[in-house]
Amino acid sequence: MKIHEYQAKEILRGFGVAVPRGKLVASAEEAVAAARELMRGGVVVVKAQIHAGGRGKGGGVKIARSAEEAGEIFRRIHGMQLVTHQTGPQGQKVRKVYLEEGMDIARELYLGLTLDRAVSRNTLMASSEGGVEIEEVAAKHPEKILREPIDPVTGLSPFQGRNLAFGLGLEGATVQSFVKFAAAMYRAHLETDASIVEINPLVVTKQGEVVALDAKMNFDDNALFRHKEIAALRDPDEEDPREAQAKEHDLSYVGLSGNIGCMVNGAGLAMATMDMIKLAGGQPANFLDVGGGADEAKVTAAFKLLLADPQVKVVLVNIFGGIMKCDIIAAGIIAAAKQVNLSVPLVVRLEGTNVEQGRTLLARSGLAITPAADLGDAARKAVAAAGASR
Amino acid sequence: MSVLVDKETRVVCQGITGSAGSFHSRQMLAYGTQLVAGVTPGKGGSKFEGKVPVFDTVRGAVKETRANASVIFVPPAFAADAILEAVAAGIPLVVCITEGIPIDDMVKVKRAMQGSQTRLIGPNCPGIITPGECKIGIMPGHIHKKGRIGIVSRSGTLTYEAVHQVTQLGMGQSTAIGIGGDPVHGMDFVDCMKLFAGDPDTDAVILIGEIGGSEEEDAAAWIKGNYRKPVVGFIAGATAPPGKRMGHAGAIISGGKGTAQDKFRALGEAGVHIAKGPHELGSTLKSVLRA
Repeated sequence: MKIHEYQAKEILRGFGVAVPRGKLVASAEEAVAAARELMRGGVVVVKAQIHAGGRGKGGGVKIARSAEEAGEIFRRIHGMQLVTHQTGPQGQKVRKVYLEEGMDIARELYLGLTLDRAVSRNTLMASSEGGVEIEEVAAKHPEKILREPIDPVTGLSPFQGRNLAFGLGLEGATVQSFVKFAAAMYRAHLETDASIVEINPLVVTKQGEVVALDAKMNFDDNALFRHKEIAALRDPDEEDPREAQAKEHDLSYVGLSGNIGCMVNGAGLAMATMDMIKLAGGQPANFLDVGGGADEAKVTAAFKLLLADPQVKVVLVNIFGGIMKCDIIAAGIIAAAKQVNLSVPLVVRLEGTNVEQGRTLLARSGLAITPAADLGDAARKAVAAAGASR
Repeated sequence: MSVLVDKETRVVCQGITGSAGSFHSRQMLAYGTQLVAGVTPGKGGSKFEGKVPVFDTVRGAVKETRANASVIFVPPAFAADAILEAVAAGIPLVVCITEGIPIDDMVKVKRAMQGSQTRLIGPNCPGIITPGECKIGIMPGHIHKKGRIGIVSRSGTLTYEAVHQVTQLGMGQSTAIGIGGDPVHGMDFVDCMKLFAGDPDTDAVILIGEIGGSEEEDAAAWIKGNYRKPVVGFIAGATAPPGKRMGHAGAIISGGKGTAQDKFRALGEAGVHIAKGPHELGSTLKSVLRA
């Protein structure tokens, strides 16, 4: 789960991580008043809050040199469609604006904490290339990324913080400021089950303090059950409405841009079905895993979700009935298709337990269902039907 | 022969009285698995289906029944503890079916298992089966057939797909292992390939990976230097968009890493016979074995 920058900073502040003073504002008047309070060194920063990176480059982060200017910038940013490399060309509407005090920046660094799957440990990563995306640094200058894998028994040791601090070329009191910052950041991760904590840039001020100029936190969905306060920070406005709807029905869904809607059981098979469609010359409209125990209610919800996408011209159902028997699945598909008044061609590939009974049920249903003999056949028939309906 | 499990394997089910645990325990018994014990804290002394003794602790179950493999159906919040309990009881093979365990819980489990003799399969996996001898997990038993093809996969239903195609060709499986879809898990591809390499009754292996992480690349590197039997490989997720979690917690392309293209290339360079789509797993295997 993702949250906004201002929320991440509030959480981090609670664990003793140094962050600039800031305030969320809802109107130009509030922006002017907050700017008066936060103005430092003649500067205040106005920042659009959306769940995507690259806000600065996209024009969502501006410096104001007076309280009135902060109000003007608020009017321009609030409600705009902010386009960044992470939002896609349609952009994301700015509904929240955050104001923050200015900083005397001496250096910009990078500090991130996330799982390193290769060693099954959370790993603190630091780089002298602040403000640049870490993936870019990893690709061009992998030697510039310093890593400290964290033993979950001992936690982050102070020497590891020092390794990074000296590795980054920090000196004097700044070293201790950095070590303290890193320790607080790890505590924040531990206590919230954050899957990513990323401070980019982490700045060293002219006074030698280490401060989080930006902050990103994502959380492990599997651990939200033990963090009700984090789960409450979810912002549905920032989510793909189809994905949010799917979540309500316990379906795993990812929207794509093609015209062949897919309904599959199992994540691996669902991905492979998308791959098959592409191989056959078509484009999948989505990833959708209905799970192992797909019943009629779930299949109905899945159909509704697929058909709500106006781009969907064909629905391809690919189910490998294991413990779930094919005749039961077929009955579910038929009932669901009747309930939603299915208006597009439906290609169904069933395999597994009681497959003959399942296929017979589909054939006798009176619905316009195109049966497919196997995976390859299913993909070809779906692509052909999508082409014909164009 | 086979790897890891056979007709001598004695299984204890942790969470045997829960809905998933009891359902699949019945299925395992029906398949012929030696399910010798169950564990549900507080229900010790009772019998499951009138015959399988239920214990309060794994230690008690092992002491009384000499169980040497465990299968876990405990809910996600308690599953890490269940794995640690099985490890502490000295069980050599632990299969965790549970999906949705917090990542940091598994980080701790992996750390605690350092130096342990226990092997962990999963979590978030279908389990392991040696056809005709022992089924530990949730896979449909009847699609399997005793044979000489090893299967190892991160995905449940894609494993069934591969099993089904192999069975349709009349070949059958030595052992099929689902290693699970989580980013932090037990046995990986290399661990499984090493076992298949040492099994005289496995002639060839089907390896099914997916986007995310680098275990397929690690497997490719190991196969290139060490493995002499034919391998057929497929990677799911060539059309997955970056940065999106595709169902499995571990199936995500992050920072341009973990793409299907990279994994296909690594496997291809290691001499693995690539199936372009999941429908070609069986036919690719057939053409390799005929050549």
